[in-house]
Amino acid sequence: MITSSNKESGNGLIKTPPVSAQKNRARAVLIALGVLMIVAVAVSLMLGRYPIPPDEAIRMLLSEVFPVTETWTDQMYILFFNVRLPRILMALFVGCCLAAAGAAYQGTFQNPLVSPDILGASQGAALGAAIGILMHLGGAGVSIMAFAFSLLSVALVLLISTRAKGNHVLVVVLAGVMVSSLFSAGVSYAKLVADPTNELADITYWLMGSVTGSTLEQLWGGAPNQPIGVVPIMLVGLVMLFVLRWKINILTMGDEEASTMGVDARRVRILVIFAATLVTAASVSVTGMIGWVGLVIPHLCRMLIGVDYRKLLPASMLMGGTFLLVVDDVSRLATAAEIPIGILTAFIGAPFFLYLITRKKKL
Amino acid sequence: MSIAVSNLSFSYGKHAVLHDVSFTAEDGMLINVLGPNGVGKSTLFRCILGLESRYQGSIMVNGKDIRSLSIKQRAREISYIPQSHAPVYDFEVIDVVLMSTTNDLPSLGVPGTAQLERAYAALERIGIAHLATRTYTQISGGEQQLVLIARALAQNARTIIMDEPTSALDYGNTVRVLSCVKRLAREGMSIIQSTHQPDQAFLYSDKTLVISKGQIAAFGPPKEVITDKLISDLYGIDVEVNSLYDDKVRVCVPIIDLEEA
Repeated sequence: MITSSNKESGNGLIKTPPVSAQKNRARAVLIALGVLMIVAVAVSLMLGRYPIPPDEAIRMLLSEVFPVTETWTDQMYILFFNVRLPRILMALFVGCCLAAAGAAYQGTFQNPLVSPDILGASQGAALGAAIGILMHLGGAGVSIMAFAFSLLSVALVLLISTRAKGNHVLVVVLAGVMVSSLFSAGVSYAKLVADPTNELADITYWLMGSVTGSTLEQLWGGAPNQPIGVVPIMLVGLVMLFVLRWKINILTMGDEEASTMGVDARRVRILVIFAATLVTAASVSVTGMIGWVGLVIPHLCRMLIGVDYRKLLPASMLMGGTFLLVVDDVSRLATAAEIPIGILTAFIGAPFFLYLITRKKKL
Repeated sequence: MSIAVSNLSFSYGKHAVLHDVSFTAEDGMLINVLGPNGVGKSTLFRCILGLESRYQGSIMVNGKDIRSLSIKQRAREISYIPQSHAPVYDFEVIDVVLMSTTNDLPSLGVPGTAQLERAYAALERIGIAHLATRTYTQISGGEQQLVLIARALAQNARTIIMDEPTSALDYGNTVRVLSCVKRLAREGMSIIQSTHQPDQAFLYSDKTLVISKGQIAAFGPPKEVITDKLISDLYGIDVEVNSLYDDKVRVCVPIIDLEEA
């Protein structure tokens, strides 16, 4: 279905370009994804042994700023601010970040099959966390180690890629695979020397990925042992990716074509990699390894609204957040003992990936 | 002067690719670059486009030294039409064209209505506006090449470089694409394209630039430049240039296959 219209202009008739059905739909899809996210938040508040009605949640939030008559119990207040709200926000932000980073990497590397940890961000974080656990640094210390090592591994990849000859994109991805495998050997060694009664269990559990036990301090910072939260870091990266969304389109045409069209491909790629790495590192540093979100969500969004990053990036952000929130609800409610969310995303992601590569249509 | 190349030399390491190349292309002229594979046609184009900067000599495009321009400024002077290729993602045709309008946006800008109308106008000028909402990867190779030409037009640069635009196309699409290119030159664009077919140079060029072993072997109107001897020497096969329709058209015929018949 194509609609076209003509409009009168100062110097005659200018044809308005036709708009495809998919583009006409894009705005509605984005709004629907936003609404879905709000619904998912409301439902998540209600789920669990102590449901929190969404209207009470809003009143409790408002009471932080405005004087609101107290209609809630102390128990509900504590549960809301210390458990449910941080967990919901963490799932939203991490899902949003991983999906946005995945979409961005898939564009800059002109490869629909890369995920946010293609440059070693996850394995780097895992090694950092393992070292932190071995050194008994405590929750915040482990996160900082994970974040630092995650950035370190990607920096190492980029450093290697500037030294190597040949196809730049290919070299970056290859260096990523190598550095990942190096860091994962480091993780194995850390497990080997870890005390099996406690440290080994901590490392193993960290590797599974989870948003359990998220705190508001983890999110926003401001506490003595947690001066900086992950959300400000994530916001920096997400905003950078959002403003670069049109340039990512042009990068998918290849560096030289982009350059002849006036876009400094290498510089844009470095900026995109930096932003995507920042949000990935911030995510995995607090939640551990959560796979598949960054690979699968951008693909689902492409099916819904097409490949144009002007729409794809915001769609991936919205859908990624909602997806991880829903999966986390399943993870905390499905069984009496919680299933780590990283295991669930793999259970959903891997079969979906198989469907992607076996269906007839091009990826 | 659209392009002025003087004393251009380029080498990859110790391997010299171009040696002391000089020529000038006037505005609104369609120039074909002829020469066997590996003589440096692509390298010459890469230097003119600013993709290689480690050359000796100077290259001026529309009076500006290409080396002193930023990537963005370069894109305003000269655009590039690559061989049609399959991108990874299924962009709509209009979005592919829209990409080249980026050079007049602020660095973090996103194309708006003005850019969209410019992209659509470029499609109309090439006569393929009906393809606007089609998926680029699903149209034919000839159509893809026309879309890339529209993209170069939407870039609003006066000079266009085309690297073997028709090498992957069938006969009909080749003629369609080259006619379109010729029309654009008549409308005032300066175009330099490389080709493997001397016949195409006769039909579709104002001047032919012949490159052999990294140097200019000849440069001038095709009827003066393309001779039996030049083509025979260039490609190492015996070729005869013949005239058709009262010398309106000339064609090259390999003699060896005539004698066997």
